[in-house]
Amino acid sequence: MPETFILIPGRTSDQGCGISEGKFLEKYQREINTLQVPPGDMARLGLVDGDRVRLTGEDGQVVEVNITPAKKDELPEGMLFIAYGDISSRLMGGDTHGSGMPTSKGMDVRLEKV
Amino acid sequence: MAATTESTATPPGELKIVQDATCTFCGCVCDDIDLTVQDNHITEAKRACVLGKAWFLNHSIEDRPSCLVDGKPATLEAGYDRAAQILTTGKYPIIYGLSDSPCEAQRVAVSIVDWINGTIDTTTSVCHGPSGMAFQGVGEVTCSLGEVANRGDLIMFWGSNPAESHPRHFTKYSLMPKGMFLPNGRKDRTCVIVDVRRTKSAKAADIFVQIKPRADFEGLWTLRALAKGIDLDPKVVLRDTGVELAVWTDLMARMKAAKFGVIFFGMGVTMTRGKHANSEALLALTRDMNAYTRFVAKPNRGHGNVTGADNVVAWRTGYPFGVNHSRGYPRFNPGEYTTSDTLANGEADCGMTIACDPMANFSQPARQHLSSIPYIALDTKETPTTRAAAVAFTVATYGINTGGTVYRMDDVPIPLRPAFDSPHPSDFEVLTQIERRVKKIVGITS
Ligand code: SF4
Repeated sequence: MPETFILIPGRTSDQGCGISEGKFLEKYQREINTLQVPPGDMARLGLVDGDRVRLTGEDGQVVEVNITPAKKDELPEGMLFIAYGDISSRLMGGDTHGSGMPTSKGMDVRLEKV
Repeated sequence: MAATTESTATPPGELKIVQDATCTFCGCVCDDIDLTVQDNHITEAKRACVLGKAWFLNHSIEDRPSCLVDGKPATLEAGYDRAAQILTTGKYPIIYGLSDSPCEAQRVAVSIVDWINGTIDTTTSVCHGPSGMAFQGVGEVTCSLGEVANRGDLIMFWGSNPAESHPRHFTKYSLMPKGMFLPNGRKDRTCVIVDVRRTKSAKAADIFVQIKPRADFEGLWTLRALAKGIDLDPKVVLRDTGVELAVWTDLMARMKAAKFGVIFFGMGVTMTRGKHANSEALLALTRDMNAYTRFVAKPNRGHGNVTGADNVVAWRTGYPFGVNHSRGYPRFNPGEYTTSDTLANGEADCGMTIACDPMANFSQPARQHLSSIPYIALDTKETPTTRAAAVAFTVATYGINTGGTVYRMDDVPIPLRPAFDSPHPSDFEVLTQIERRVKKIVGITS
């Protein structure tokens, strides 16, 4: 049964460095394709580091990513984090609600183990 | 544009030191970097942070053709001709990007859009565009980063993680500097960080306030109410913000007691539900605080010259981003003329992207539409956007290979000091050549 989380995409050091080093290189690709999950939620859902999960966005967009536990206290339970990049952008909707800015942080996503 | 064409060549093997070079990776635009250059490669970038080092040390000469037409190497002349033809045959041409180009190139891009009655938008629309709308509604009580360094004794960060996005922000401008009125530097300042997650920046805070996700608006209005001395129900405040009323009350007391308060805000405010309403609340709070003490707000801007893009587009068209010229005069309407919308709604029928990567950063409907229309892409490196472009120009890197002017996030113009030449043309050269051809096609020149 998929569970709903709030996803916060954001900047990380490795993602920022990866832009300059090369977007097609491993460091950048690894960073933008890894989802951080609160350790408490991982334990509750029986997930382990490196598992692959499916995320479904508010408009039905589907992506798959590997997970890693978030550092202690960095994320409250119920919240996910991923570095800005291809995956986070795919989960944004096309509608900007008249602002020019698609909702790009704090989106609802449904998570289930692949 | 003399600076962009000046030769910076050194004989092979010889070391060259470029003092006070400018890093354009983020909006801090640090202009105190000493570069060591050897054989068209930067081997050292003194004082640069981890992002700045990655920016400088990974820039060698791109071993790619300067121009690709339909994915095949072509002469620059053929690329300019095709680009001008694409831009002048569409009914709804768009130009997008610009935040990693110098002001001189941005100016030419605005001219092109004017000749073709097109729509111009910058990456501002997907970072602090909502703040740009809020500035128009509420106004901006602001100052330079130098004033923050010399006066700011209460430094707040709201929805911003400078430890990872602007690594020298704390040390160069906001927390550590010993200033004219803060002789003890960090000891004389209080740092407050408000965020939904305990980011790497939270370690630098004296007070960390962890609000509920999507509750920025409620948190900011709680502070506005407290500033006015309005009684609030603690249960409602906790329910709506995730934070005890006592914490907000203590924060407001500190804000009123500060001599010079600053709120730096990031995309936690603008990208979350509420968007410009969140920015408006923050700017209104800042304005309210000036009844008690001096208080300013500053968006932490991301790209090296995104602030320049706002300035150039505003002084050329009257509006900062999302500007449409289809009636022959500029009209501003975020949500209609912004690129996320012109693409996702399937309206644009040709375009040009400059120093940006919408094929990686935009929503799926927007990307799908962009890949279905002919467009020109200018970038220093290969990206998903250059790969799908009808005409792709590999351009020289601003600040490393070319000079010009950029605006720091506090609207202070900073000159660039290039380190070595590039065989690739600059954005300015490519855009100037395209503009020349566009003017001929639309009958401005013969
Ligand atoms: S803080 Fe920003 S501008 Fe300064 S060196 Fe780091 S990346 Fe460059």
